[in-house]
Amino acid sequence: MAGGSGSILLSQHISVTSQGLDPRAAHILQAAHDLGISSLQDVAITDLIFFRGSITDETRTLVESLVVEPLLQRGQWNVESASADFVIETALHPGVTDSITTELTRLATRMSLPITGVASGKRFVITGNLSHAQLQQLTSQLLANPIIERWSVNEPITPTFIDADATASTHVEHVQIDVNTSEQQLAEINKDRGLALDPQELLALQQHFAQRGQLPTDVELETIAQTWSEHCAHKTFRAAITTDDGITRPSLINQLRATTDTINAPFVRSAFVGNAGIISFTPGRTIALKCETHNHPSAIEPFGGANTGVGGVIRDVMGAQHHPIACTNILCFGNPDTDPLSLPDGVFPPLRTRDGVIDGIADYGNKIGLPTVAGAVLYDPAFTANPLVFAGCIGVSNTFVDQVAPLPDDRVIVLGGRTGRDGLRGATFSSMTMDASTGDVSGASVQIGDPITEKLLIDLLHDAKHLYRSITDCGAGGLSSAIGEMAEGVGADVELGDAPLKYPGLAPWEIWLSEAQERMVLAVDPQNCAELQALCAIHGVEYVDLGFFTGDNQLTVHYNNKPVLKLDTHFLHNGRPQRHMHAVMPTPLRNTPASAPQWITRQSPVDVLLALLGHPNIASKANIIHRYDHEIRGATMVRPLVGAVGDGHGDGVVVAEPTDDFGIAIGIGVNPWYGILDAERMALAAVDEALRNVVAVGADPDNTALLDNFSWGDPQRATTLGQLVAAVDGCCQGALAFNAPFVSGKDSLNNEYVGTDGERHSVPPTLVITAITHVPQAENTVTSDLKQAGNVLLLTGTTKPEFGASHAAMICQEPLATSGVVPDFDTSAPHRYRQLHQAMMQGLVVACHDCSEGGVAVTLAEMCIGGRLGAHMILQSPLDLATDLYTLLFSESLGRHITEVEPHNLAAFQQLVGQSQIFGTVTDDQSLVLPDGAALSMQTLLGAWQDGR
Amino acid sequence: MNVTTKMNMKPHALVLTAPGTNRHPDVMFALELAGANASSLNLNQLRDQPSAIANAQLIVIAGGFSFADALGAGRLFALELSHLVGDALRTAVAKGTPIIGICNGFQTLVRMGMLPGASDAALGHNESGGFQCRWVTMQPVSKKSVWTKHLTQEIYCPIAHGEGRFTCSDSTLASLQRNDQIALTYTTNPNGSRADIAGVCDESGLVLGLMPHAENHVVARQHPQFHRGARNGLGLHLFTQGVLHATS
Repeated sequence: MAGGSGSILLSQHISVTSQGLDPRAAHILQAAHDLGISSLQDVAITDLIFFRGSITDETRTLVESLVVEPLLQRGQWNVESASADFVIETALHPGVTDSITTELTRLATRMSLPITGVASGKRFVITGNLSHAQLQQLTSQLLANPIIERWSVNEPITPTFIDADATASTHVEHVQIDVNTSEQQLAEINKDRGLALDPQELLALQQHFAQRGQLPTDVELETIAQTWSEHCAHKTFRAAITTDDGITRPSLINQLRATTDTINAPFVRSAFVGNAGIISFTPGRTIALKCETHNHPSAIEPFGGANTGVGGVIRDVMGAQHHPIACTNILCFGNPDTDPLSLPDGVFPPLRTRDGVIDGIADYGNKIGLPTVAGAVLYDPAFTANPLVFAGCIGVSNTFVDQVAPLPDDRVIVLGGRTGRDGLRGATFSSMTMDASTGDVSGASVQIGDPITEKLLIDLLHDAKHLYRSITDCGAGGLSSAIGEMAEGVGADVELGDAPLKYPGLAPWEIWLSEAQERMVLAVDPQNCAELQALCAIHGVEYVDLGFFTGDNQLTVHYNNKPVLKLDTHFLHNGRPQRHMHAVMPTPLRNTPASAPQWITRQSPVDVLLALLGHPNIASKANIIHRYDHEIRGATMVRPLVGAVGDGHGDGVVVAEPTDDFGIAIGIGVNPWYGILDAERMALAAVDEALRNVVAVGADPDNTALLDNFSWGDPQRATTLGQLVAAVDGCCQGALAFNAPFVSGKDSLNNEYVGTDGERHSVPPTLVITAITHVPQAENTVTSDLKQAGNVLLLTGTTKPEFGASHAAMICQEPLATSGVVPDFDTSAPHRYRQLHQAMMQGLVVACHDCSEGGVAVTLAEMCIGGRLGAHMILQSPLDLATDLYTLLFSESLGRHITEVEPHNLAAFQQLVGQSQIFGTVTDDQSLVLPDGAALSMQTLLGAWQDGR
Repeated sequence: MNVTTKMNMKPHALVLTAPGTNRHPDVMFALELAGANASSLNLNQLRDQPSAIANAQLIVIAGGFSFADALGAGRLFALELSHLVGDALRTAVAKGTPIIGICNGFQTLVRMGMLPGASDAALGHNESGGFQCRWVTMQPVSKKSVWTKHLTQEIYCPIAHGEGRFTCSDSTLASLQRNDQIALTYTTNPNGSRADIAGVCDESGLVLGLMPHAENHVVARQHPQFHRGARNGLGLHLFTQGVLHATS
């Protein structure tokens, strides 16, 4: 469907080639060799811009002056490629967001040039003796993506321009659903239209329309499918679940809500309603927080999927009436060294996915001008076919008032981007299992973002706070969801004919359901419309009035005055029967052994440590972090990279406005490997890790709000649902232990892939916990890098032989199942974190790092690297070096930090912080000395830890 | 002297923005700290009040991704500015108004020909091939630029760009050196810029363009080694120089 409305015409084109080396070429060459296409010797890239119209020499000269930088590039008109081994030419589908065509079209109109259409593409001139299969692989996996572009081999590509005269059928189809429709017929309609509804839901729908005595229109069906989709309705989290012990539980969402109510924290302003959670740590200032997933889109179009994922979560914060200030992301990919031949059909190589996703996140965050401050990147074979992309955003407001519902006669105002065929059926798509053909059938479900348009929206809304009654963003389901939700309990009357379109020819249902990005829907008191419209003109934001809120509780949609939809908002939002599901609870191993397992004691500690430092999950992420702007706004006070030369890994990050003496810390907890063995302990561990991270940088654990994000397999599988139930139990226990309420969350289920082999590839149970915590004194924050030789190192917390699903097990190739027990939650942790925070506020701590993947040894090595200082581990109590040494160094027991304290503060620190054990000193001899005397030089540590790519 | 007259003595700094400009709040904060009254105008507002240029005592073209860098960083911003206020900006320089373009603003001034640019110089893609955000050290060099001539210490601040590689012909480089127009140089070259050039000025010394974001290191707390006691390299001094010149 993407770009379907194109017409092919003869055209002229200019080819723009870089005079110096084109960095893109080197990147493709490298990636191709990673794919095993070693016969590729060279790639030369030329950008192509196609023009339609009666273009004169004069126009050509003008255009050339616009698109060619004479010092760096060479431009040629209508010159086809010189002969080469192969020439691949690509062209974007019409309507795919592309700033070059947008801006050139705008200029052509303003300068009244004789140009009637612009399209863009690329030419790859390939040197190398590639087989047909290799050429196909190179093209489809590195050079082009059928989701957004077309290509031609060894012949000039014919660009497709937007058809300015396209017309759409405005025919409204009535679908045969009435009393007589059989369940099988319903199932067929469900499948044919990709509604992704349950049988009971189809029956409820049938009953409703039978009662109404009027067949549903196609638009009505699609609207219900969107509103009732797993993505929008969270059916599993709202389901009644019966576990194998016969007990039927409250819904998972109610369990989380009840936990937040029990904690009853004074700083919570709004939890689990609206677009984001809202909290307030300081009088007059509120903070909105939200984390979203964009997994399926990122799997089939990594750049666009991640790009729009970031744009979407930023709009969530805008939809909560807050001004965005920072972004976060957590990314999960297949192993970098995955054999390309082992990939399931339709799956990109992990590095191709990773680089595309990171480009997409950097492109949106950097261009919209928000710092990307915190994140994590995890690698595991289970993510090869189902990469996970979690994107978060934080916003602030000094004027927040609780949002009110629209009143009758308020106008329905849509601001921002125009509507195209982008992302049609995204909500239902993301609720379906993927297969090899997903890319083809759901192509339109992925878009490319336009961060500049959204940036203008941010600036406008910053100035327009007083001009609207309520606001929401256009996400999955587009206008149907946004207006549908706002109209709940009041009703709205909408005229789709007035919607500004990217290109003509959209059918009413396409306009109504389009997921075109960068749009917000506002309910505006008629007497404020003129002022808002004027403000939009100044900010360059498109303003359109689509109708009004009615008060009749009916959602009514017209197209050119013809009715296309009329639904009772109560049925739309509350008519869906609750899902009943069955869960088989996991029965994890829980008996902690007395000592370290043999699979690790067989290895030398030095070898284990170096292998851990080189593991992609632990090794330096500097190359990725430098791709993101983390400095804009000048408020990133504890950065993702810290230390003497700015390459050390931090724990949490701290954002503090240069004019404030306080700030907020952001911490992230995630460990899918624990989830495979013990979902409940995994959730507790994730909550503990998020808290450990924020405490380590100087935040106050007693002022913490949490976000939950679940990326899971198919919950219809009882064991998978059991893991989800166990994880929610763990979340709630963790929240209660720390008095840290959940204020918002999101679930992405069905992260499974059915290969053409018919085999199911599911993600491990992946829970991401984000902690947002008050930092009372920005000046007293702490970083993880060692500061000064002679200082004392202390380990706080208790270490047990807990090696289950540990990274030590991974690098020792020990199967998860036999690796041991997943670390248990330490009930003394909340109290100890409070004490540690006291010590930091008193300035007793100069460095602090939490112990997580890889255990104490990795933590201390990272602290040495950050400070470019050595450390000598000395133990007060004698160890049984045979086993205890391994436990001390590599166990992943929870609740632990390593702190660096100046000698003259040692007594005060130990008096304040319980369970703190002296276990070493900072040295200036540039080496890490283990308790058994083994020494690793800084050079050795860096060599193992610094990532290649 | 009472507060209001003090206020009145503050020079007015005008910050120009385009769709996609995103560091204007940062530079306005820096200008206020440096003793100016800062306000910003986007292109739509400038269209209605072109006289704002003549009334400003200091002019900034802020960083960001104007027009999403379509057709090359700064190209369309330069086109719009030349069209709207090109003459007014040149007049402002003629009467001694200091102008600074940072990052995308630098790229814009070069494309406008208000700095060595147009056919002489350009800012190309980083050697690394992509966007880079990292801290760099800049040495003030030019005794001609009103922005750098009184600077005695190096400036430590972040870069955040994908197209910051300063490129020029041998003859242009020679004339830049001859005329003391190389304003700032990198201690460690982050992007492959010719002769480690981080910033250049025009022949009058009033117009400065630089890639690094001095506006993101204007208070000690912003130093990435703040927790290690580092307090050096404030970028604020650069703006103080501009503001002092505007007041003189």
